[in-house]
Amino acid sequence: MRVKILYFASLREQVGRAFEEIELPVNVVTLGELRTHLIDRGGAWKTSLAETRPVRMAVNQDMVPATAAIKAGDEIAFFPPVTGG
Amino acid sequence: MTTIRIQQEDFDAGREIAAVRAKNPKVGAVASFTGVVRDVNDGAGVVTMTLEHYPGMTEKALEEIVNQAAGRWEVLECTVIHRVGKLEPTDQIVFVAVASGHRGDAFAACEFIMDYLKTRAPFWKKEETAQGARWVEARESDDTAAGRWK
Repeated sequence: MRVKILYFASLREQVGRAFEEIELPVNVVTLGELRTHLIDRGGAWKTSLAETRPVRMAVNQDMVPATAAIKAGDEIAFFPPVTGG
Repeated sequence: MTTIRIQQEDFDAGREIAAVRAKNPKVGAVASFTGVVRDVNDGAGVVTMTLEHYPGMTEKALEEIVNQAAGRWEVLECTVIHRVGKLEPTDQIVFVAVASGHRGDAFAACEFIMDYLKTRAPFWKKEETAQGARWVEARESDDTAAGRWK
């Protein structure tokens, strides 16, 4: 399935892109699995999305935990903890 | 009624307070908060600050936060304004006004909305300091502040 992925703030700078559309392998069905799939790209992906980093994730503009399911056409976002206000 | 605005332009807090008050004759109290850009953060002088956000999710998250507040306290009218783009020390950055029948609800809802905004709304600050640019790190004290409402 195909999904759109957005990156924000320091994460966007580290991975060098604001968005991309990718085709997911069939075994990637949760947000956590997608994160691992991206980490497997190595380099900046491995360091910036590492499990030890405080990465927040959203599916279709709702912040959700890593166990959340993803489906074709979803808008997924990765970003650091928010700092507005 | 809830008004949520994400904008680059400055705002007139007095005018916004007058607007929430004027909309509804049941209003007996208006509590408001204005956040301002400081010239120093974590020991370094801040020259300018750039606010990034996630268009779409930002509005959705703020609406959800106001709805949660309205589920706990009487919120007759509410306005939330957050600026984005480049800001300088002394600039206004965020504004929340809550109009209720009585002050207790207005005070509590206003503080709750700010605490949740700090931990749930997708905004990120990048500071330009004399030592270079840096992304502002999230503070544990903000999570603690939001956590006390549970």
